[in-house]
Amino acid sequence: MEITKLSAVEIRKKILSGELSCKQTVESFLKQIEKNTAYNAVLEIFDDALAKAEEMDKKIAAGFKGKLAGVPVIIKDNILYEGKICSCGSKFLKNYRAQYNATVTDRLLAEGAVILGRANMDEFAMGSSTENSAFGITHNPIDFDRVPGGSSGGSACAVALDMCPIALGTETGGSVRQPASYCGIYGLKPSYGRISRYGVVAFASSLDQVGIFSKSIEDNALMLEVLAGEDENDETCSKQKVDDYSNFSDAKNLKIGVPAEILKMTKGLECEANFANFVDFLKACGLQVVPVSIKDIELALATYYILAPAEAASNLARFDGVKYTTRNADAKTLQQIYKKSRSEGFGKEVKRRIMLGNYVLSSGYYDAYYNKAKAVQGLLIDECNKAFESCDVMIMPTTLGEAFKIGSKPSDPVETYKEDVFTVTANIVGCPSLSIPFGKGKNLLPLGIQLFGKKFDEKTIFSLAKFIEEKR
Amino acid sequence: MQYDVIIGLEVHAELKTKSKCFCSCKNEYGSSPNTNCCPVCVGLPGALPVLNKFAVEQTIKAGLALGFEINRTAIFERKNYFYPDLSKAYQISQLEKPICINGHLRVFDKDIPINRIHLEEDAGKLVHSGSETFVDYNRGGVPLIELVTDALKEPHMESADEAIEFLTKLRQIYIYAGVADCELEKGQMRADVNISLRPKGSKEFGTKVEMKNLMGFKSIHAAIKYEIARQKEILDDGGKIEQETRKWDFDKGESFAMRSKENAEDYRYFPDPDLLAVEISDEDVARLKKSLPPLPDEIKKKYMSEYGLSEYDTDVILADKEIADFYEACLALYPQPKSIANWFTTEVLARVKGGAGLGISKENLVWLIKAVDEKKIQRLSAKEFLADIWGTDVNAESEAKARGIMADLSSDFVFEILDKVLKEKSSVVEQFKREKDEKILNFLVGQVMKETRGKANAQEVKEKLKEKLGI
Repeated sequence: MEITKLSAVEIRKKILSGELSCKQTVESFLKQIEKNTAYNAVLEIFDDALAKAEEMDKKIAAGFKGKLAGVPVIIKDNILYEGKICSCGSKFLKNYRAQYNATVTDRLLAEGAVILGRANMDEFAMGSSTENSAFGITHNPIDFDRVPGGSSGGSACAVALDMCPIALGTETGGSVRQPASYCGIYGLKPSYGRISRYGVVAFASSLDQVGIFSKSIEDNALMLEVLAGEDENDETCSKQKVDDYSNFSDAKNLKIGVPAEILKMTKGLECEANFANFVDFLKACGLQVVPVSIKDIELALATYYILAPAEAASNLARFDGVKYTTRNADAKTLQQIYKKSRSEGFGKEVKRRIMLGNYVLSSGYYDAYYNKAKAVQGLLIDECNKAFESCDVMIMPTTLGEAFKIGSKPSDPVETYKEDVFTVTANIVGCPSLSIPFGKGKNLLPLGIQLFGKKFDEKTIFSLAKFIEEKR
Repeated sequence: MQYDVIIGLEVHAELKTKSKCFCSCKNEYGSSPNTNCCPVCVGLPGALPVLNKFAVEQTIKAGLALGFEINRTAIFERKNYFYPDLSKAYQISQLEKPICINGHLRVFDKDIPINRIHLEEDAGKLVHSGSETFVDYNRGGVPLIELVTDALKEPHMESADEAIEFLTKLRQIYIYAGVADCELEKGQMRADVNISLRPKGSKEFGTKVEMKNLMGFKSIHAAIKYEIARQKEILDDGGKIEQETRKWDFDKGESFAMRSKENAEDYRYFPDPDLLAVEISDEDVARLKKSLPPLPDEIKKKYMSEYGLSEYDTDVILADKEIADFYEACLALYPQPKSIANWFTTEVLARVKGGAGLGISKENLVWLIKAVDEKKIQRLSAKEFLADIWGTDVNAESEAKARGIMADLSSDFVFEILDKVLKEKSSVVEQFKREKDEKILNFLVGQVMKETRGKANAQEVKEKLKEKLGI
């Protein structure tokens, strides 16, 4: 039995039954991480991981039966774990130690997870390739010359290479689903407000959500059960009741919506044929597939690249060299502390988005950009609600095609931004979307399909994913 | 040339709440630096604000006390700027939809229009020490209400006196409504002042100059007078007023330019995505309105019509809520409003204003006032006695008895003295019987008073004397 191939559900079962110890399990995964350091998926293995595993064994021996009892987990480098470095893939925060636990960290620990380490990411979660990390590029787990996707590329790569059964990432515009697709695993972006954002370093507060990577659908559902639910430290975290996601419902009568605009957008792209195959597959499974419309979905990308940078510019202003970020050594005056520290601390892409964000918020441009984008957001929400009147789940490709080669994106950043064209809508409208591995591209690299659900209806998309898994 | 002066005020007051505006840290003045702090108010990565609902209620109460309309949906926005005392590099404030809109405040004979009151968080404080600067975030996140007058509407405030009257009344209302303590020396109330001048009768507004962060009514008064004079001089000389922000130097008694319009900050306001819109129901507003304590204008009416106090006495008592509350407490023990008011406007206030504090219990004070009213103690000796026991915790009644200052006219003692004086001054008595001169009678009263060492009531001694002499 190869421990690192086991799912979280299996690991927990074996540990609770005494077939495995948590220590032995964690040791296996740590070995797997060390074996794969070349991929640069994990920035740091926490030095207390084994000690925590031993503690967990004692706890379990004393009767503890947490939902993640003994399960090893890796978290993205922008989720706070008290006392541990949380650098957000930025040299500006390279020595920053978390002063408190994120709500998700607390919930992981309360259910018995052992956090092995932190995963590489695009700096401040800005990017689609993990090439923007200040701590080196993460490689694609299937093709070393390619990117794993981003921004949560480290987490995706770690799960794909069996360094942990489940990892946490974060999403703002596709940062979990896109790398999940490139790495051939499941990646969930829950509904906005489903999981607390407290203690997750903010990129764009109105779009950010913690996301979940897993190799099995059961693991993903289990993890959402652990993390979801209201939090007194986050007003935007919903009080909506948390479903029993692991208890999959019957999916055979679900109506699947295919937005006509998506068919148009996929024309000529690598994902086109695969998406058509997927639609055929669903039909073959006996599911009802219906055409729907999200008329303005093509505006989603532009909307995203106005709203997200605007919020980011404000959220990242606190990194100013005054308090906890690295202060430039030559700065003498206050203005120099700000300018020199921020010039030195932030990478190129982050600076670009801060400038973009401040531009769209500045007086004279606010109405033309920010307000217009908010209006389009309202439109897209209405259109999605309308589409959901005639279907239960919508489907769309996750990415344009296979993972691209490291360093292959042209210098024009807009080309890279287009990577997010299929994913940003779920963030803008706040709906849950799960990327499931389906099909291969021309280089036999994995592709993904999104199951896009109604707000707070993660249960239905999990159930559909389970149905698809069984029918394959 | 003659000018119209237009004064606008932006007044910040720290709300009276237990905890800060967006976290559960204590809202407390004077703690050791950075002890009332948490990840939220020091702006650590990942921290999120959670609105203190009580701060919203306090803001609504402030608005209701000033006749504002209350918006049923209010939103919080981020005001973005860099300064080390602002931990997140943005201040959570309100721009488009503040909690209170369209209020007014009566200043002398004008109803001054007020544009809004919004709720925001205070910044921390920089502490300079030699070449080093430290930041104390204790004040960071303390709930602050900002009131902005509407200088675009008539009538305007036109003088330093009017501005100070506005601030004095506003402060009084906030204190009476229980929404803010407004202790000026603690910086709990601060004001920015806008001033513009225009030729008398002109409809167009002049260029406005802002003076920032003035503390203390004296500096505000001086700064306004200075600014009006400065602008007048420039205009008289044919010059142009620069749109700028000026800082007042209290010690020098003059202002200097801080920032010109070209360098004005763009705060890049946008709705704070971390906070939900605040929904305020009609029931909330009705409940808060009902919970408002009586406000100065209402109390004033009662004092004048029901208690029969003069406007002057009323104003003097109401000026300080602590005094007014004490007055009411005394009144509850002894329902003689005028009599108590007389003591308040003289003896009590003189001592409090002299810095002696409110050094007497309501029981002692009421006992003393009553004793004077019942002529058991002479007013003069009562005043001396009050001065003696001020700031002590003696029991007034037993102390007065022990000191022997209680008068007792029915006692044989006074009659004895009366007889003694009549006997000793028999020639004077004879003279009085002949001449019936009031002065002579008064002389005799004086003699009796002298013998009783002032304990007797002169008027009554006089009556008794007259009785004895058969007048």
